[in-house]
Amino acid sequence: MILAKVIGQVVSTVKLKVFKGFKLLIVQPLDADEKPKGKSMLVVDTVQAGIGDVVLVIDEGNSARIVIGDALAPIRSVIVGIVDEIQTDRKKEK
Amino acid sequence: MKLGRVIGTVVCNQKVDSLMGVKLLLIQPLDENLNDDGMPVVGCDPVQAGLNDVVFYEGGREAALGLTNWFNPSDLTIMGIVDTLHIGEEHR
Repeated sequence: MILAKVIGQVVSTVKLKVFKGFKLLIVQPLDADEKPKGKSMLVVDTVQAGIGDVVLVIDEGNSARIVIGDALAPIRSVIVGIVDEIQTDRKKEK
Repeated sequence: MKLGRVIGTVVCNQKVDSLMGVKLLLIQPLDENLNDDGMPVVGCDPVQAGLNDVVFYEGGREAALGLTNWFNPSDLTIMGIVDTLHIGEEHR
């Protein structure tokens, strides 16, 4: 699982049936200091996250399909939690 | 999943039997600001996207699962067509 920040939302009418009823969000992966790292990606939201939230993202197909509840869903990335707090003894680089 | 823009059609007369009837499109990957991001790729299109449509697609194992016949060799499939994109407070 990775930490990511929700930066946007995608609205789509014409899409595969399995996506019906799910919210699609654009997330930016974060490093341990909550700084953006790597490329943004589209994920399926299962926890009603919103723009600005720091979330927990699973980027692995089988786990995603378990969360979605469809063994043949073509979905790999899902949001599985909204992060309240991260505790670490790392010193934040400034 | 990633965003991309359809920039062309690919036609193959000779291809793997199971891919018969599957539309192939040339897709330019995009970043969240809709700027080009990397080299164009070829993907299967089960949602009937057209030229210049902004789409979202998935690669890897999930690409084959997106097709009607999922026992198919595909490493990139379009999952849907983007209507609007909201980044922060901006609407595109």
